[in-house]
Amino acid sequence: MSIDLILFLGLALVAVVTALSMLLSRNAVHSALFLALNFLAVAVLYLLMNAAFVAMVQITVYAGAIMVLFLFVIMLLGAEEAAKGRSLPWQTPVAVLCGLVLVGELVYYFAVQKPVLLAAAGEVGQSFGSPAEIGRMLFDSYTLPFELTSILLLVAMVGAILLSRNEKEAE
Amino acid sequence: MNIPVNYLLVLAGILFTIGVLGVLIRRNAIVVFMSIELMLNAANMVFITFARAFQNLDGQVIVFFLIAAAAAEVAIGLALMVTIFRTKKSIDIDEVKTLSG
Repeated sequence: MSIDLILFLGLALVAVVTALSMLLSRNAVHSALFLALNFLAVAVLYLLMNAAFVAMVQITVYAGAIMVLFLFVIMLLGAEEAAKGRSLPWQTPVAVLCGLVLVGELVYYFAVQKPVLLAAAGEVGQSFGSPAEIGRMLFDSYTLPFELTSILLLVAMVGAILLSRNEKEAE
Repeated sequence: MNIPVNYLLVLAGILFTIGVLGVLIRRNAIVVFMSIELMLNAANMVFITFARAFQNLDGQVIVFFLIAAAAAEVAIGLALMVTIFRTKKSIDIDEVKTLSG
């Protein structure tokens, strides 16, 4: 068993276990912290796949900003635990069955494919996935989407302020 | 990293399925929202995998845009949740069954 495979299996184990813990923990704060750990494990996988810049963006934006926003809203609303009691008793078994079918089909489909090694495509250069390379692409062939993203973020910011404004106070 | 592409795709598939299960099973709207983020993350992982397999940086640039879109989505979604909580006093998704406040 090569060192790469051991690394991958360890990270995959962490990712799957934290995702399941997020799904199963009763407390929403615990769910959010497990999800942050999941994002960190995936970021390390990105690093191993020569995507250094995206891995760092994943850590700062996903594991940092987005998870802080989640935790902030959970604590603001005091919504750690939803009410007990279930209105649809058959919902969980049906969902688990559908999930098992989905994951079974995915694994079967990928298992029948001929395995392609990541390195079989040839080793990539040192600069593959570096901030300089990504930046060059962003301002070269992706200039319009890049500018549109800034508009999207501005619209999201205005929308968030508008939605969370207290209407009674405004009137 | 020298492992088959299939392993990474299977991992992404498993994470995506866990996200789907979270959306279907959980009733806390914030946990449902976190499950959606998990699914987005699984899709990002497939992009990164194929960017490496085909030695093409476009996949990584698209993931950058996807992360920016996810950030915008989270900001709006959580603001909506705060607004719903203000009128319903609950974020149980079973409670949210009428369009009018």
